[in-house]
Amino acid sequence: MDKTLAIAANTFREAIRDRVLYLLLGFALLMIGSSIFLSLLTVGSREKIIIDLGLSAISLFGVLTAIFIGVGLVFKEIDRKTIYTIVTKPVGRAQFILGKYLGLVMTLSVNLVVMTIGFYLLLAYEGAAYARLLPAVGLTLLELIVVTALAILFSSFSTPILSALLTLGAYLVGQLSWSLRLLQDRLDPGIGRAVCEFFYWVLPNLWRFNIRAEVTHAVPVPPAEVGLAVVYGLAYAALLVFIACLCFERRDFK
Amino acid sequence: MAVLEISGISKSFTTHLSLGRTRVLNGVDLTVEAGEVFGLLGANGAGKTTTLKTAVGLLRPEQGSVRLFGMPITDVRARARLGFLPEQPYFYDYLTGREFLDFYARLCGIAPSRRAARVAEMLARVGLEDRADRPLRKFSKGMVQRVGLAQALINEPDLVILDEPMSGLDPIGRREFRDIILELRRHGKTVLFSSHILADAEAICDRVAILRGGKVAACGRLDSMLSDRVRFWEATLSRVDPAALGVPHEKVWQRGERVAVRIQSADHVDALIEEVRRLGGTLRSLVRHRRTLEDLFLGEVGYEAPEKPKTPAPEMPPIPERRG
Repeated sequence: MDKTLAIAANTFREAIRDRVLYLLLGFALLMIGSSIFLSLLTVGSREKIIIDLGLSAISLFGVLTAIFIGVGLVFKEIDRKTIYTIVTKPVGRAQFILGKYLGLVMTLSVNLVVMTIGFYLLLAYEGAAYARLLPAVGLTLLELIVVTALAILFSSFSTPILSALLTLGAYLVGQLSWSLRLLQDRLDPGIGRAVCEFFYWVLPNLWRFNIRAEVTHAVPVPPAEVGLAVVYGLAYAALLVFIACLCFERRDFK
Repeated sequence: MAVLEISGISKSFTTHLSLGRTRVLNGVDLTVEAGEVFGLLGANGAGKTTTLKTAVGLLRPEQGSVRLFGMPITDVRARARLGFLPEQPYFYDYLTGREFLDFYARLCGIAPSRRAARVAEMLARVGLEDRADRPLRKFSKGMVQRVGLAQALINEPDLVILDEPMSGLDPIGRREFRDIILELRRHGKTVLFSSHILADAEAICDRVAILRGGKVAACGRLDSMLSDRVRFWEATLSRVDPAALGVPHEKVWQRGERVAVRIQSADHVDALIEEVRRLGGTLRSLVRHRRTLEDLFLGEVGYEAPEKPKTPAPEMPPIPERRG
């Protein structure tokens, strides 16, 4: 486990010494800050608009960071041949993938904490109530855990550009996969329904992690639903990382 | 005892656009014994790097097998006793030398209490202790190579595999690398390295294998491969008419009263000396020309020297003999 943690710590160190991270973080904070001005331009409750925009900015920039850094995570190691000296040490390939994954999750968590602190400072400045926001931020972290797992899975067998497109595609589909259930209800029993059922289970149900609207409008979210989302997110990410390890185990490093 | 056994490995790669496959290794057999320095030689594209990458588990052979310390390479216990430095290595350049080695020490499972001392020892060994806290991106090529060697040795491996370790280094760097390899041998370690710099191989190897077209074309102890094969003897004589010599020979050059002749057989050496005495001449020198590693190498890789120009070269002016 220490070897996996060593790789994770190194991945974290690489990310925090990379300027791209600060650029994205800077943009995120700027966007969270700009929600004050945007709330002036729109009709409605100022506080709700600030919360909605802020939480969306946190999620969006978190996902962008996960994709940007995640798809290059393994590819860069192979392209620059740094992996040659890692997998020839007494380190399993699965430990390597898991270490890279945990390192990025660690980076994204710190990122999320910084963005959330920025957001809270803004809300404090505005004098808004913010105690109920944490479940939404927590589920955003779970969403990032799944998106990072998608990025690392795709990057374990393809190029960064293709991986980025696949991850982005999976992210967008994952936001809308609830509609497969609607479609299923309208179809007659048969192959069409089975296909819908299959894709509903295979595709990531990322909408489960989005309780931003409920939080913004102070609609209570049943704890069981949040609990289910947590279990689902962790299990789904674990499965993706497991498949990534299997793909990586068979790979040649030319 | 065999440290590394490579038996009949074959490997091919898909060509551009996956239209076909190029066979790079074609049944390579190699055995590296404990405590020896083994040189893997071959022209560019002969399959040296592919052989080494297969030996350390970066590539999987299509046929054949690799056993490291009697275990498959996928076994982490085998890799715990291995050190590897790839060709033209590139490392995490955002790390300092010390952070870099500490990371590798952790990967090798060295206990936290011993890690700092081990890292400092390795930095001193490769002469980088005063640059230890500089990021790797500010290192010169030679320094990257040295810190690369340090990561290969951090776990005190029994077998060290180095891919073209001396290419791109200046003569001082090469000398230092050679000294480190010899020091490893003195400590009972086994070293396998690939090179196309024959002088380095000739200076430090116990055994060599020459790869050609993805196969081992020659393999053996360097001293027996070379000393068994005296190519010819060359004698420089003065005041002797070579035509009068009663020994089979070949005239190489003549400058004034000096003449160089070549004899092919050791049996004729004594006869030649007798003949020179009989004719009242002087034997100035007698040199045994051994087969060099370069001759062996060029022969095994199938190199043919370009044909000499047909027009005779102008005769060299005689060099006046110094008297007194």
